[in-house]
Amino acid sequence: MASAAEVNTGKTDAVPEAVVVRFAGDSGDGMQLTGGQFTLSTALSGNDLATFPDFPAEIRAPQGTLFGVSAFQINFGSREINTAGDQPDVLVAMNPAALKTNVEALKPGGLIIADSGEFGKRNLDKAKYETNPLEDGSLAKWQLLSFDISQLTLDAVKPFGLGNKEALRCKNMWTLGLALWMFDRERQPIIDWLNQKFAKKPDIAEANIAALNAGHAYGETAELSGPMQKVHIPAAPSEPGLYRTITGAEAISLGLVAGAQLANLPMFFGGYPITPASAILHHLARYKEYGVTTFQAEDEIAAIASAIGASYSGSLGVTSSSGPGIALKGEAMGLAIMTELPLVVVNSQRGGPSTGLPTKTEQSDLYQAVYGRNGDAPMPVIAACSPADAFDCAIEAVRIAVQYMTPVMLLTDGYIANAAEPWAVPDMSDYEAFPVQHMTEAQDGGFKPYGRDEKLARPWVKPGTPDLMHRIGGIEKAVDTGHIDYAPANHQEMTEIRRNKVLGVADSIGDQQVDMGDAGGKLAIVGWGSTYGPIHQAVRRAREAGHDVSHIHIRNIWPMPKNLGELLKSYDRILVPEMNTGQLKTVLRDQYLVDAKPLNKISGQPFLISEILAAIEENLV
Amino acid sequence: MNEMTKVTTLKDWETDQEVRWCPGCGDYAILKAVQRTMPQLGADPANTVFVSGIGCSSRFPYYMETYGFHTIHGRAPAVATGVKLANPELDVWIITGDGDALSIGGNHTMHVLRRNLDCQIMLFNNEIYGLTKGQYSPTSREGTTSPSTPYGSVDHPASPCAFALGSGARFVARGIDVHKGLPDVLKAAHAHKGAAFIEIFQNCIVYNKDVFEEFAAKKTAASTQLWLADGEPMLFEKGEKGIALDNENLTLKVVDVVDGDWEAAGVIVHDVTNRSIAHMLVELPFGEFPMALGVLYDDPKPTFESAVVEQNKLASEGKKPDLQALVSKGQTWTVKEGGPEL
Repeated sequence: MASAAEVNTGKTDAVPEAVVVRFAGDSGDGMQLTGGQFTLSTALSGNDLATFPDFPAEIRAPQGTLFGVSAFQINFGSREINTAGDQPDVLVAMNPAALKTNVEALKPGGLIIADSGEFGKRNLDKAKYETNPLEDGSLAKWQLLSFDISQLTLDAVKPFGLGNKEALRCKNMWTLGLALWMFDRERQPIIDWLNQKFAKKPDIAEANIAALNAGHAYGETAELSGPMQKVHIPAAPSEPGLYRTITGAEAISLGLVAGAQLANLPMFFGGYPITPASAILHHLARYKEYGVTTFQAEDEIAAIASAIGASYSGSLGVTSSSGPGIALKGEAMGLAIMTELPLVVVNSQRGGPSTGLPTKTEQSDLYQAVYGRNGDAPMPVIAACSPADAFDCAIEAVRIAVQYMTPVMLLTDGYIANAAEPWAVPDMSDYEAFPVQHMTEAQDGGFKPYGRDEKLARPWVKPGTPDLMHRIGGIEKAVDTGHIDYAPANHQEMTEIRRNKVLGVADSIGDQQVDMGDAGGKLAIVGWGSTYGPIHQAVRRAREAGHDVSHIHIRNIWPMPKNLGELLKSYDRILVPEMNTGQLKTVLRDQYLVDAKPLNKISGQPFLISEILAAIEENLV
Repeated sequence: MNEMTKVTTLKDWETDQEVRWCPGCGDYAILKAVQRTMPQLGADPANTVFVSGIGCSSRFPYYMETYGFHTIHGRAPAVATGVKLANPELDVWIITGDGDALSIGGNHTMHVLRRNLDCQIMLFNNEIYGLTKGQYSPTSREGTTSPSTPYGSVDHPASPCAFALGSGARFVARGIDVHKGLPDVLKAAHAHKGAAFIEIFQNCIVYNKDVFEEFAAKKTAASTQLWLADGEPMLFEKGEKGIALDNENLTLKVVDVVDGDWEAAGVIVHDVTNRSIAHMLVELPFGEFPMALGVLYDDPKPTFESAVVEQNKLASEGKKPDLQALVSKGQTWTVKEGGPEL
C-alpha cells in the first residue's frame, strides 16, 4: 500500500499509517480463528480495519496441499480503512503451500514469518517445491524470519500433557501471540475468549493460553534481529461512541430483525444451507424473543415458498441464499410479484455460474436480480457496500417490501458476508418506525383485494380476518377484484401497474449523491456493492494527486435514483469497475444512453486499489 | 380451527366464480363434497385457507368462499407450511394432484408429511396430466399411451398412499370422487391433528376416462371395494369375504366368510393405529384384492407447528426484546474524545 509506511525495515521512527497482515495456513490450522481474534484485538485498540477471509470450498482439504490453503487478511490503521489492503506487509505462512500460494501478493521488502518445522520434504513435495524456499534464496526480495513454530508450540504446551496432534493445534495461538507482540496488542481479551470458549475443557484453554503467551514472549525476548520489531499503530480518529466489530452476515441479520420491529411485524425466515449465506440463518435462529421464526426448509424453493406463505399470513417473510439458490427461487419470486406480497430475498453473491466458486466473491448476479424472472417481473433491488452498510440496507429492504407490497432483493456478496469491520453501534431511536396496518375492514365501496393506495400497493389482509375472504394466485388478476382475468386490456393494465408500482419506489429513496468529488467533471467512477472500498480509496488518492475524478456509489440498483441519469451526463467519462463482465455498466447504458465504460475483474478476489487507480489514470489521459 | 364451531350452510362456502372444469369432471363432485362437509365440521370460512399448486385440481381454491392461495407447481405444501407456522390457528387445506404432489412437488409432499404439519392434504389422483392435455403422470399405470408416450409408458407408477406412509404420514385415507363415503373421510381427516393425507380417485373424463372403473363402478363395488372402519372387521362382498393375515408369508389374504362368522375365518379387525397393517393395506394389489378405501391409518403424534411454537416460547422465556441491547452485543469499545477505551 502506497500510504502504508515501511514496516519492519528498520525505519522505526516512521510510524506506519496502516499495515496489512495476512495469515495463511492449512485449512485445519485455524487461520480464520487466528484472524478473527487478531481483528478483535485490533478493533479494541482503536484502529480502523477491514478484513478479507479467503478460504477453500473444501472443509478439510488434504493436509499440506496448495488447494487446501486458508488465508485471512487484515488491513488496519490510524486512518480510515475501506479495503483489506492491496499487498500484505506481513505474511505469516504456516506451511510451504501457504507460502507458495500467498507470497507473490506480498509487497517487495515485506516480511515473511514461516514455520520452518513444517518445511520438511513431504510438505515441500505437496506444495510442489523442489528445494526448500527458506534456504534456497528464492525469497530474497522479501525479509524472511523462519523458526520452528511447531516445536516451540510443543515445548510451550508440554506441561499440559496433550497428545501431539492436540498440542500442535495450539500453533495458531502461538502465532497470534507473536502477532500481538508485534503490533503492541493486549492479550487479555484473547485469554478471556479462550477461557470462555474452552470453559468445559480447562486444560485445552490453559494450553492455548500458554501457547499465546509463549508466542508473545518469543517476540519480546528472543534475539530477533533486523526485521522483527515492535510496531505501534495509533488509534484511528473516529466519532465518539460505542463500537463493535460486525460481519455482513451479522449486520444483515440484525438489520432484518430491526426492520421487522420497525414494521411491527413478526418475522418468518425460510432458509436452506448454502455458502456463503448460511450464516444469516444461523444468526436469526437465535433471535426468537424478537418474534423471529426460522425454518430450515427441504430446499431453496420451499424456503422462499414458505416465506411467501408466512407473508400471506401476515408476517414479514424473508429468505436468503446465494446465486444457485436464488436461481431456484426465481419462479416463486414471480409468484410474490404477482400476488403482491412483501418479501425480502437476500442474495449473498459468490462466483458463478453454476456451483462456480462457492467461497469466493463476485458481483455477477446483478442481471439475475434485476431481470432474472419470467415475464415482466419488476422487483426492487438494493445492494450493500460493506458489513456495516448491510444493517441499514436490510432495514431499507423491509421498508420497501411492506410499504409497496413487493418482494425486494438485497444483494451482498461473499466478501461482505464474511468480512468484519468496526461498526459504530446505532442509536435505534434514530430510526423512524414504519408500522404495518393489515386491512381489517373493506374499503369504501366494497372490498377490493387488488385495490391500490397512493403508492399503488394493494391491501394486506391476513387470513383469519372476518368478511374479507378472497383468493390470490399466480394467474393474472383482474384490476381491483383480483379475480382470474386473461383479457388483453387487463393484462396490459396490470403489467403497467406492477411496473409503475416498483418504479414508484424511486420516490422514497432520495437523490443519488456523489460520494467523493464534484457533481460533474472529467471522470466519474461508478460502483455498487463491495467494490466501494477500493474505488473510494483509489478516487481519494487520484484526487490527492490532483485529478478531476469523482466517486458515485449506487445503492438502489432498481429502481435507480431519479437524478442519476442527469448526474451521469454531467461527466465527460464514466468508468464502472465491477467484479463481473459489466452488468451495471449495461444497465446504465440501457437506462440513460450514457457511454459507461467497464473495468472488470472476475478472479474471485476483490479489486486492488492500485488496479482502479491505474484505470483512473488511463481514463484521464 | 378444529375446535371452533360456526354455523354455516353449503351456500356460505360457494364463491360467485364460474367453475371452469370440464363438464362431467370428477372435481365437481369433490368440490360439492367439501362444500357440504365444511358446515358439518363447524368450520369458519374466515379461518379456513385452501392452498393449491398447479393443475386442474389446483383451481379448487377459487371456488371456495374462504381464504385461498393458488401457488406454483408442486409447492403448495411449502407455502402452506409458512401459512401455518405464521398463524397456527388457521385451518389449512392443501389441494393437489398426482403430478403436482408426486412429480414436481414430491419433495415437498414428503417433507410436509414427515414434519407432520397440521393440515389436510387432498390429492386428486386421476393418473394423468389434464391441464397440459393428457400426458401420462407418475401414477399412470405402465403402458399408458398418451401424447408423450405414444408407444406406452415404461416407468413404474408411484403409489400415493404408500409414498405418504413411507414419508412418515400419521393419517392416510382413500376416497372416490363420486362416492358417498368421501365426506366421512374428510371429517376423519379434519379431526386428525397433524398432516392428514387423502388420496381421492378422480375421474378425468377427457384424458383418462373411467380409468378407475374396475373398482369405482357402482355395479361391482361390493366385490371391488373394501371400506375400512376402525374397530370393524375387514369385510367386503356383503360380508361374504374378508381380509385375514397370512402368517406364513407375513402378508394379507382374502378369505371366505361362512354364515357371517368372520372370526372363524380369521378376518382381522381394522385398527387405524396399526402401522404394520397400514403398510400392507396401502400396497394391496388390486385385482387379487379389493381396493382398500376409507381411513387406512390414523395415529396422531405431535405436530410440527406446535413444536415450533413451543420452542419459540421456551427460547424466548425470560428474555425481553431490546433492539438497542441486541445491536450493542459482543465485544464493544467506547471511543471518547481523544481515543478508545476498552
